[in-house]
Amino acid sequence: MTMFRTLTLAATAALALNAGAAQAASEAHVTDYAFPFEGPFGSYDTMQLQRGLKIYTEICAACHGLERVAFRTLADEGGPALPDDQMRAYAENFEVFDMSLADGAGDYRVATPTDYYPQSSLSNAPDLSMMAKARAGFHGPWGTGLSQLVNGMGGAEYIASLMTGYEEEPECALNMETPMDGFYNVAFANGGFPDECKDADGNHTVPGSWIAMSQPLYGDDVVFDDGHEATLESQSMDVAAFLMWTAEPKMTARKQAGLTGVLFLSVLAVLLYLTNKRIWAPHKNKLKD
Amino acid sequence: MAGIPHDHYEPSSNGEKWLHKRLPIVGLMYDALFIPTPKNLNWMWIWGIVLVFTLVLQIVTGIVLVMHYTPHVDMAFASVEHIMRDVNGGAMIRYFHMNGASLFFVAVYLHIFRSLYYGSYKAPREVTWIIGMLMYLLMMGTAFMGYVLPWGQMSFHGTAVITGLFGAIPFVGESVQTWLLGASAVGQPALNRFFSLHYLMPFILLGLTIVHIWAFHTTGNNNPTGVEVRRTSKEDAEKDTLPFWPYFVIKDLFALAIILAVFMAIVGFMPNYLGHPDNYIPANALVTPAHIVPEWYFLPFYAILRAFTADVWVVQIVQFLSFGIIDAKFFGVLAMFGAIAVMALAPWLDTSSVRSGRFRPMFKWWFSLLVVDFVVLAWVGAQPAEFPFDWISLIASTYWFAYFLVILPLLGVMEKPLATPATIEDDFKSHYAGTGGTKTIVSPAE
Amino acid sequence: MSHADEHQGTRRDFLYYATAGAAAVVGGAAVWPLINQMNPSADVQALASIRVDVSGVTEGTQLTVLWQGKPVFIRYRTAEEIEAANAVELSDLPDQLAENANLDASSDATDANRALPNPEGSDAAPGAWLVQMGVCTHLGCVPLGQEGNFGGWFCPCHGSHYDTSGRIRQGPAPRNLPIPVASFVDATTIQLG
Repeated sequence: MTMFRTLTLAATAALALNAGAAQAASEAHVTDYAFPFEGPFGSYDTMQLQRGLKIYTEICAACHGLERVAFRTLADEGGPALPDDQMRAYAENFEVFDMSLADGAGDYRVATPTDYYPQSSLSNAPDLSMMAKARAGFHGPWGTGLSQLVNGMGGAEYIASLMTGYEEEPECALNMETPMDGFYNVAFANGGFPDECKDADGNHTVPGSWIAMSQPLYGDDVVFDDGHEATLESQSMDVAAFLMWTAEPKMTARKQAGLTGVLFLSVLAVLLYLTNKRIWAPHKNKLKD
Repeated sequence: MAGIPHDHYEPSSNGEKWLHKRLPIVGLMYDALFIPTPKNLNWMWIWGIVLVFTLVLQIVTGIVLVMHYTPHVDMAFASVEHIMRDVNGGAMIRYFHMNGASLFFVAVYLHIFRSLYYGSYKAPREVTWIIGMLMYLLMMGTAFMGYVLPWGQMSFHGTAVITGLFGAIPFVGESVQTWLLGASAVGQPALNRFFSLHYLMPFILLGLTIVHIWAFHTTGNNNPTGVEVRRTSKEDAEKDTLPFWPYFVIKDLFALAIILAVFMAIVGFMPNYLGHPDNYIPANALVTPAHIVPEWYFLPFYAILRAFTADVWVVQIVQFLSFGIIDAKFFGVLAMFGAIAVMALAPWLDTSSVRSGRFRPMFKWWFSLLVVDFVVLAWVGAQPAEFPFDWISLIASTYWFAYFLVILPLLGVMEKPLATPATIEDDFKSHYAGTGGTKTIVSPAE
Repeated sequence: MSHADEHQGTRRDFLYYATAGAAAVVGGAAVWPLINQMNPSADVQALASIRVDVSGVTEGTQLTVLWQGKPVFIRYRTAEEIEAANAVELSDLPDQLAENANLDASSDATDANRALPNPEGSDAAPGAWLVQMGVCTHLGCVPLGQEGNFGGWFCPCHGSHYDTSGRIRQGPAPRNLPIPVASFVDATTIQLG
């Protein structure tokens, strides 16, 4: 056992030492926002999800779909928890294509609670249902992803950072012959990037890259009924929280099950430890006499 | 059950005698449950039980998931989301299955490295070892095919890359790849057949598990000293052993409870940590993810696959000698499977007269290096194929082969092993009484 | 055996029982989700209740909707139909039970027990709305409306005649057309289930 313990330590150390070498000079900036659903005891804030829903509906929904989310789930406990009548009224704002209408040719009709949000209306706008799980905000240290053990995956942080990450184009990109397509965003990693902003080794000298989506939120883009603040940052966090819920609607139940499981198994482990000690005692103790 | 002398099942009641004459199944179970087990087994001997448990967990959760899953390219992703969102408890069951694969591989790697350290592969346990290696290959196949089923971006493009390996086989590669996929590219035929095989293979694994257990119940367990249980008489054997039930069952269950508590924390609090975010994007043949990285448990061998590029001189020599039949791509495939093959040959490559690494002062260091090497390979397998990672993976891959092909055979000849305890009883006594045992034991703190 | 030994024995037994008990609880907690997953999922449950807009259904017309894979007849009956239904003596009915899922199983088959209560503030005649499953209780065909000897429904498969209250009057069908759980949620919307 000692052997194995030493080895594990040695291996970890080797991993840490070797790693530092080739990292890009600047990666995308993702801010570690504090969300109420983080940590083993975290859960969604109903009011925040409702604000996020409003932002999604009034701004994001113009281009982005949410095809895996059923309207009925907006009334779920632990989610936005809309009252039943509000959820029904909300669904009626949407139209869905129903193949059973017009003798199988299909036609549009008003959505009902059992229907799902429409798909994206813009071909290059990705569906947002799973976005908070399909992106990881944190990759460090040195690309190992170990920081996620502390920070979590960071999908919601990534979305919020993207919303707040629009900045003036950096100086290196200003005097290009053909300007970059899209908009400069310090949180977006996988977009276009001009050679003018790379150093001799090909490393990026400025964070982020160019994204096709123009800046969607500026602050005070929506008005909340309860007068809640609508700064750029708070709106970004609200919509990110909502998209975390659409991606992982069962998170609260999952954490509860996890906690119960850990507690039960810990009790069982203690009892088994004592039982094990007891049954072995005669065989070990007699040697000491 | 041959081997260690012990009491056998004696049917007592008339009913038991009636059944025993016709089907000695109770006797079989009795012999398996009360098998004499070396009493000095340490905590590295728990992984077998963990593996059996995990196999059952995967089969049970898998059967449940199949009740809701649809193996169709248009519906697979949506049906998994249906499980995650609408099926009662579906999210937990799916996360159990997903992370169960990782638990499976954590346990199997510790199990394998335990065998490598304590020489469990050495005679007379070669058959147990070989069957174990077959099971490991089967596990990898099952895990790979299972990863295809959610039909996310990583599923799709990972399948393309891995089946592409078979395309590297000279002359017939392309036909083999087409045969595997049922088409020239990954699509509906591949998804459907991988689903079928993913369902089938765990049951073959279950069968091999029984053979694996049968084999080491025949030879008896190895133990940390590598010294065999005395078989001269039942009395002698009983000094070295204790029955599996309850002594080792309870011990293993205690370890299992701790491991499952950790597992439960991962499933409950960070179920996607070991997965890749891209697999939450539906498969799209037109867009390839920026980095295609296999699941963590394939990374060491994936690193070996990528290590041997066309500018490595060994590759160039082999290519020249084989008249170009073995090119760099095929060399990499051979290296990957070779890395497992040399491991399987360990019983015949290890020339040491002593079984356990505990009594092999030089071996300990080489073995430690092998463990570090394995971790480095896993880490470098996830890095981009560029300097300095290409060099690191080449060095680490070379050590992997050198360990089995050069170091193991030479060490047995060159090394002077320490004196081993005469009996398991001596080892046990020296550990728990502090007296009476052989003093040469170096690493007693189990 | 000394006293101390006995005490030791009880404590040991207790530990063993506690361990076995805890293992049984953990095992049981693990098995329940595996059973429960076969119960209807949330999307299926959501379809168990639908809302039907009946604003377009005028007196003397019928709307047929599909609910859980079966047709449901929603009829706005005329005064004559209601009168005809009320005029029938219970003793004339082969099936004297209301077959109404909204009422007690023992309720008798008066027309008042068959009809759907009007929404609040409605100016329709009492008992104007009749909501029933459109599945013949004989062998499951779909009966035709405003046909047969009693002006109600007629099943073309084996000639079962239902009256204007959907009660079996003649033919091989054993029971009245069943009435599903239904209610008005507002003046023009009926919720089924």
